[in-house]
Amino acid sequence: MNRIKCECGHVNPEGTVLCEACGKPVEGNQHIDGNEKDKLLNMRYEGSARRSKTYNRNLVDKTWNFFSSVKVGVWLIVITLIASSLGTIFPQEMYIPPGADPATHYEEQYGLAGQIYYQLGFHNLYSSLWYMLLIALIGVSLVICSIDRVVPLHRALKKQKPKRHHTFLKRQRLFSQTEGDVDIEKFISRLKKQRYRVTRQDDSILAEKGRFSRWGPYVNHIGLIIFLLGALLRFIPAMYVDDFVWVREGETVVIPSTHGEYYVKNKNFILETYNEKENERFQAALQQEAAPVPSNYQTNAVIYKRTDPRVVGAEPELEPINEAEIRVNEPAKFNGFALYQSSFQQNEFTKMSFKLHETGNEEKVLGEFTIDLTSPKTEYELDSGARVVIDQYYPEYYLDNGEPRSKSKYPKNPAFVFYVYPPGEEKPEISFAGIGMNIDATGENDYKLNLAGFDTRDVTGLTVKKDYTLPFLGIGGLIFMIGVIQGMYWNHRRIWLQKSKDKVWIAGHTNKNWYGIKRDIEKVIEGTGIEMPEDQQQLKG
Amino acid sequence: MDKTKKKRKRLIFRSAVLVLLLGLVAFAVIGNLSKDNAVVAEGEEAPNFQLKQFGTNGKTMSLEDLEGKGVMLNFWATYCKPCEAEMPYMQKLYPKYKDKGVEIVGVNLDATKMIVNKFIDEYDLTFPNLHDEGGQVMDLYNVGQIPSTYFINEDGVVVEKVVGPLTLEKLDSYLQQIQPKG
Amino acid sequence: MGDLVTISSNLLYAAFIIYLVATFFFGATVGTKKQDGKSKAGTIGITLTIIGFLTQVGYFITRWIASQHAPVSNLFEFTTFFGMMMVFAFIIIYFIYRLNVIGLFTLPVALLIIAYASMFPREISPLVPSLKSHWLYIHVTTAAIGEAILAVSFAAGLIFLIRQIDQTKKSKHTFWLEFVIYAIFSTLGFVLITTAFGAMDYETKFEAPLDGQVVTMDYHLPAIAGPHDGESVSESTIGPLFETPEWMRGQEASSKFNTLLWSLLTGLVIYGIVRLILRKRVAAAIQPKLQKVSPDLIDEVSYRAVSIGFPVFTLGALIFAMIWAQEAWNRFWGWDPKEVWALITWLFYAYFLHLRLSRGWHGTKSAWLAVGGFAIIMFNLIAVNLVIAGLHSYA
Repeated sequence: MNRIKCECGHVNPEGTVLCEACGKPVEGNQHIDGNEKDKLLNMRYEGSARRSKTYNRNLVDKTWNFFSSVKVGVWLIVITLIASSLGTIFPQEMYIPPGADPATHYEEQYGLAGQIYYQLGFHNLYSSLWYMLLIALIGVSLVICSIDRVVPLHRALKKQKPKRHHTFLKRQRLFSQTEGDVDIEKFISRLKKQRYRVTRQDDSILAEKGRFSRWGPYVNHIGLIIFLLGALLRFIPAMYVDDFVWVREGETVVIPSTHGEYYVKNKNFILETYNEKENERFQAALQQEAAPVPSNYQTNAVIYKRTDPRVVGAEPELEPINEAEIRVNEPAKFNGFALYQSSFQQNEFTKMSFKLHETGNEEKVLGEFTIDLTSPKTEYELDSGARVVIDQYYPEYYLDNGEPRSKSKYPKNPAFVFYVYPPGEEKPEISFAGIGMNIDATGENDYKLNLAGFDTRDVTGLTVKKDYTLPFLGIGGLIFMIGVIQGMYWNHRRIWLQKSKDKVWIAGHTNKNWYGIKRDIEKVIEGTGIEMPEDQQQLKG
Repeated sequence: MDKTKKKRKRLIFRSAVLVLLLGLVAFAVIGNLSKDNAVVAEGEEAPNFQLKQFGTNGKTMSLEDLEGKGVMLNFWATYCKPCEAEMPYMQKLYPKYKDKGVEIVGVNLDATKMIVNKFIDEYDLTFPNLHDEGGQVMDLYNVGQIPSTYFINEDGVVVEKVVGPLTLEKLDSYLQQIQPKG
Repeated sequence: MGDLVTISSNLLYAAFIIYLVATFFFGATVGTKKQDGKSKAGTIGITLTIIGFLTQVGYFITRWIASQHAPVSNLFEFTTFFGMMMVFAFIIIYFIYRLNVIGLFTLPVALLIIAYASMFPREISPLVPSLKSHWLYIHVTTAAIGEAILAVSFAAGLIFLIRQIDQTKKSKHTFWLEFVIYAIFSTLGFVLITTAFGAMDYETKFEAPLDGQVVTMDYHLPAIAGPHDGESVSESTIGPLFETPEWMRGQEASSKFNTLLWSLLTGLVIYGIVRLILRKRVAAAIQPKLQKVSPDLIDEVSYRAVSIGFPVFTLGALIFAMIWAQEAWNRFWGWDPKEVWALITWLFYAYFLHLRLSRGWHGTKSAWLAVGGFAIIMFNLIAVNLVIAGLHSYA
């Protein structure tokens, strides 16, 4: 295997299809670009030497050549496309109702098809190993394909000479031969006016513009690779945090995943809905909705930084660093973290007031007291001298096989067992009271506790996010856009002209937009006597 | 010769690129598989914390205070039924193991002190119970489900992590494991 | 306020009619000798198209003022905007290539899309909090422009196929070409049948179990397929012929399925009538009119539209979408069906470009891909919203 020396004197690397300097087809290599069947030359990679099929002996070369094939890349795209569509047949696991067990949910909802879907793991398709591998393989293909093509293409475009071999010119899509005299100087000045870069070598002219658009595909591939690498960075814990915290109104809690460094206080949670009167323009649409349409979810929050040496659990010293109104679409940001409005619960009880009066006579009141539901006292002394002692407190009361219990620590349905000591009495009466409940255990109580009022508060659910991978994704996306615009919105156009004793040949090539280059040529040959090149390709279908 | 040198150079270049890509793919795969792992795993040092102890008028206790002892950390709450069920076992084994240098510490996740105090009285719990009011220690140890129990040896290393309720026999054998030697 | 809304909707009607008239003028150019935009009918056609476009811009602006947010926030508004952008994309391509025939094919598609849009509730709707973002408008409008440019590639591809496919014998090509035409007729069928029964205020109700509760389901078309286990509660005499399969759940699933059946049937009727009149394949009947069109040029227009539209689509449907999703839901990508189908569209056009650039797929193959790409876009616009539905089910 030797390098191929062309008759023009240029030495080409092996595997070259068209001489890098003069474009003469290299004998024996024409099958690579399918040139033997066609009248026109395949100009896709300038006939440069891409991956060499000659070195296919060891595993490295075999793997390399596999991934460097566009065919493989295209197949990977198709497989990913089909795989992605499979995941949308039924909802993904994250979109099924919260609390539903996927093992039974899919079968119940979608029957046998749903069960198969679940068994095949399609309910978590996009985080499955094989899907990720597919994306990874596309990444590998992107890298290797690009390396394998950009280097020889660059070489071929750098080495090209104005003087071209006659077969190269004749086998271009746009070609014509003019006999007689032509005005070359006018031709050149017109080309320059059209912003072509003109190089001349004896009687040969090469006019070229928009070469940089040829690098577009490689630039956009670099962008995609950066994007994929950015997505990989998410697996580094320091780069990515995704956590969640419930904060009750008035409460200050540590923000999870900040190593106890930051705290957040929920001053107030606001839920607003559209009002037909205030929003006349939405009247018709609102009337069709069964439920009120929310217009705003908002948490007025204060973010604190802990200033004392941190020992987890110990009472913190806090310094406010940020007072924020957190809304959907308007997260609060601090030191690389962001707090998003994600969820809420309304109307959790905070305080309950009871009134003690004589059974059967609500006018005879012995006093009132208020219980702070997060830190109730054990005993409340009333003005009349009566005492009320809390024997049991169930924040979220329910009956468990007849036995009262609490479901959680949150006062969502508070209930109490009270010992009521009337003034001067040593023997208590037992009362059970809660929301909508007031049970006299013995049925002989002389005094009754009545719910006199309560306070509620809302709970806001905030997502804690830190994502240092975003800049990488942004840069990747930007480079992709630059590359794709560079490659798609500009064209690489070349016009060759060669003069021999009595003939002038002109040929043209563009990587796309033939209509445009034809118009260019029409303009530059006007009045020069050069004949308009003919389009040698006519689609048959 | 120039030719073989070039071939060699190409082989090295290709191998390097492929190794790099393989490494990245492997990183992605490992990252994908280990997404949900706990922060404090067996064999790791138990992180320190400091919390108020029930029944002491706001005195605090920290894990460092128990240096040199085996420590059993039990995360629990009053409204959690399986937690309630294992309380008597812990209380039963506590005096025996305290003498052998093992401390049982309950980390309670309730909001209301009064409820916890009543609960401690009801079960006559004598081992220290700490109040993790804001769930900070729970977050630190990445406790998801309660009860969860950590068995920490005298060097401060987590020997065993048990999620879910314990039987008396199991509790006994785990406590033996963290008994200081010598 | 109310006046502005009326003006706005009148402008939309006007634009619709102007487009319709313009289509006829473009139709008149076909078959004549001149193929560049020099013919009189062509000049009138493009002038009308521009007037129609400006009228629709007037609709857009007045509606924006009336609703106080960009009118791209429900299915009606977005789809209308998409139709408008398709006309816009056509105008751009027209001034590059001066091809009247592109107008003859693009405008009817745009008309159908606008008509389809009008079948959905047209009230100005309030924005839920997650939609209150400038990134939403930027994302939605850019995505629509990108898709509209890609739609021109479909129109060009269709012209190419009708012009080039051998109609003397039956083949896979002729079958699928007729299928595409049938699909277009079905969309027309949907518009006609919905309008017809809408004008009659037709309604029939069913009661059917849903998630353990009996709910009432409204049908606005006579029931071909009733809800699963449903019972008619109207006195309508036309009973359902059969029941919707059990796995089609949801409040409106069975009525949507019923509408789909109606559309397909009406489409079949229209196609049948047209076929009876023509006595040959619809594409075979159009073919002779397109003999003057240069297949090379049409192939180039189709490719050019993809090469212009692809970057815009990427920017709007993926990049801006990610920025908005990051702000609204704190994750830039959530594998929501609509997102996935945008990715699929993107992958498909990437596939198109790779085949064309690296593997030399031109002509017929490339035209079929352009048709396929548009089918995916339409699937994402119609099927994903109506059938799969996810976070984007608002629109």
